[in-house]
Amino acid sequence: MSQTTVDNPGTREQTDLPATTHGVDEKGRRTTRVIVVIGFVLVAALFFLLIFSAPVEDPVRTTIGFSLNSFFVWLGGLHPLVQIPIVVAVFAAVVAVLLVLIEYAPRPGRGYFIMRLVACLFIPLLAFMLLKPYQNVLVYVVAIALLVGGLLFFADYRSRQGAGYLFQLMLFMAPASIMLLMGLIYPAIATFVKSFFDKTGEAFVGLENYVWVFTNPVGTASVVNTLIWALFAPTISVGIGLAYAVFIDRARGEKVLKVLVFMPVAISFVGAGIIWKFMYDYRQGDQIGLLNAIVTFFGGDPVNWLAVQPLVNTFMLLIVFIWTQTGFAMVILSAAIKGVPIEQMEAAELDGTNAWQRFRNVTVPGIRSSLIVVLTTITIASLKVYDIVAVMTGGRDETTVLGFEMVNQQQRFQSYGHSSALAVVLFIFVLPLIIYNAQSLRKQREIR
Amino acid sequence: MSATQALVNDNRTKRQVARDTRRNEAIAHKKLTSKGATIAAVIIAVFWTIPTFGLFVTSFRPGADTQTTGWWTAFANPEFTLENYVEALTSGGTSTTLAAAFVNSLAITIPATIIPITLASLAAYAFAWIDFKGRNMLFVFVFALQIVPLQMALVPLLSLFSNGLTINDVAIFPGFGLNNVEYSFARVWIAHAIFALPLATFMLHNFISELPGDIIEAARVDGAGHGQVFFRIVLPLAMPAIASFGIFQFLWVWNDLLVATIFASPGALPITQALNSLSGTWGNKWFLQSAGTFISIIVPLIVFFALQRFFVRGLLAGATKG
Repeated sequence: MSQTTVDNPGTREQTDLPATTHGVDEKGRRTTRVIVVIGFVLVAALFFLLIFSAPVEDPVRTTIGFSLNSFFVWLGGLHPLVQIPIVVAVFAAVVAVLLVLIEYAPRPGRGYFIMRLVACLFIPLLAFMLLKPYQNVLVYVVAIALLVGGLLFFADYRSRQGAGYLFQLMLFMAPASIMLLMGLIYPAIATFVKSFFDKTGEAFVGLENYVWVFTNPVGTASVVNTLIWALFAPTISVGIGLAYAVFIDRARGEKVLKVLVFMPVAISFVGAGIIWKFMYDYRQGDQIGLLNAIVTFFGGDPVNWLAVQPLVNTFMLLIVFIWTQTGFAMVILSAAIKGVPIEQMEAAELDGTNAWQRFRNVTVPGIRSSLIVVLTTITIASLKVYDIVAVMTGGRDETTVLGFEMVNQQQRFQSYGHSSALAVVLFIFVLPLIIYNAQSLRKQREIR
Repeated sequence: MSATQALVNDNRTKRQVARDTRRNEAIAHKKLTSKGATIAAVIIAVFWTIPTFGLFVTSFRPGADTQTTGWWTAFANPEFTLENYVEALTSGGTSTTLAAAFVNSLAITIPATIIPITLASLAAYAFAWIDFKGRNMLFVFVFALQIVPLQMALVPLLSLFSNGLTINDVAIFPGFGLNNVEYSFARVWIAHAIFALPLATFMLHNFISELPGDIIEAARVDGAGHGQVFFRIVLPLAMPAIASFGIFQFLWVWNDLLVATIFASPGALPITQALNSLSGTWGNKWFLQSAGTFISIIVPLIVFFALQRFFVRGLLAGATKG
């Protein structure tokens, strides 16, 4: 809302954490840095040794009696409803342990020192063992885990903010960071690499997949359609949403009118697809689809809406998407409109402006940031669209889009190269939006 | 919103706010909104409601009628039944019935809502209240991650789950052997949690960083560690934001088709997936498709109507900043 918020930096830990001399004087800190760097080099070296260690013929897996896999297998054998409380309870227990460590381990005193040391060494080890590594890499894995843990403990013990500071920061950040690394950053890089390899990911083919995307009719259709989606979906849905929000602002029955338009937001794209397929239904004889019933009522011939090329069927799918997104835009913009100060409105009214001028010169500038947020969100959603196309046309008759086609290429044709290239093209489309948003976010953070 | 305007807002006293509200209400009562605008709004509302309404009516009509006449004829000769719902629930799709898929959807959605929100609030707390080098850069990076298209991560993540991680013929992580497990949701949970993290962290951070610093300072002075501050002060205070984002995450996961298509084992298909495959096999049996659709819509609508007041508040916590 406002930029005058004060974001207090975290409290300095010097009051309640044991201050160490190495943290304060220059020489001690240099020693710390050198040792940490050496440690990292050692970890990297171990990792290389691990990769180039001789492969063993059918290695045996080592377990510590249980692993993530065995837990999931056991869980998978239970009834779905029984699984919910179990998985939530296990997760809660893990988080509880984390919080207890965050709370107690940083405290000064010998017992807590030992607690930190044990936690640092034990947690990475346990994490690696839960993945059930093979026998032949066990030595390396254990060594790496212990080394990383030891390094963390050392850096933490000698940190400038006092021992325990780095430790709790790590515990707060590690779960989310590890998941993001494993699930978004690594896959994004892997997809990028895969897009230069052939179907199976064996042979390097250079830019061939990208050539395919921009020359093959299926590829070009998906690119062109995605651009159409990204151009029309946000503008139309935000346009209608904004108009609607202005129309119902302070009208009678505002709540009911809001709910009616917002309802499609809660409906899945699959549900929306079925609802609209029914609207577009086409048959000989009596029409049961509303759209064709209207057409025939006025004496026209029924149209097979989802098969009319070019563009008509794509726009029919667009309508479904717009139908689901308008409510979202409307709700946010409506809240923003209510935030425009009444004084400005009144001042404009006293100046003798008409309603349109007031809307142009007072309301729109007042809700600019919300408009940008909504436009960005819907643009990204329209670039990634998959479900609507999958449910309504299955990509037939040139309705395919990038988000659908890449899944299609991978599942129907097992063509990982094409699929990855499509994903990278999609990413490039989204890139300007990322940059723009990240920049504005950075400006915001700097103001604080 | 401009900085000056924000100042105006910040400097208003309670009394001024109250006066403004009264004045607004007076204006609203006095000034009848223009006829044209109201008519336009009603037309839009009708347009937005008719498709759902049509399918809703169809779901209660006897099967034979729906195949031959439009749903709007039902008002001329009303004849309604619950048959379609019974049949839709019990008819099997590829591997699960709709009823089983409904249960699966619950089993997917609840953990996939709780897990990412908990992890994201931990990270958001660290971003907001622990000062460290490169904090802003890292935060912007996490924010930017939310725009990596989900499709980009699907294939590698799937191969990581099923084949593990092998570098240069050395298997570091063997992968999960979950392909033959009947009801395994683990992969779907993990995938959903990962994809939700960037946005959840961003939104919750926006809220958590606005909490009054003196409360947290005071607790720290009294000897509470970060663990206690997080659990006993920040979590309760951030509940509105957590609840509202939770609702959204719930809806997104419940309505998702793509992640489930890729990661769910055959017995663990959610309702969207079952509905999608069934609508293929049901072809033109609109009476069944419509009933199935409304079965799948029930839960999101309950969530939406029960908790809609959280929506706007929570949305605004993250959406309209700056």
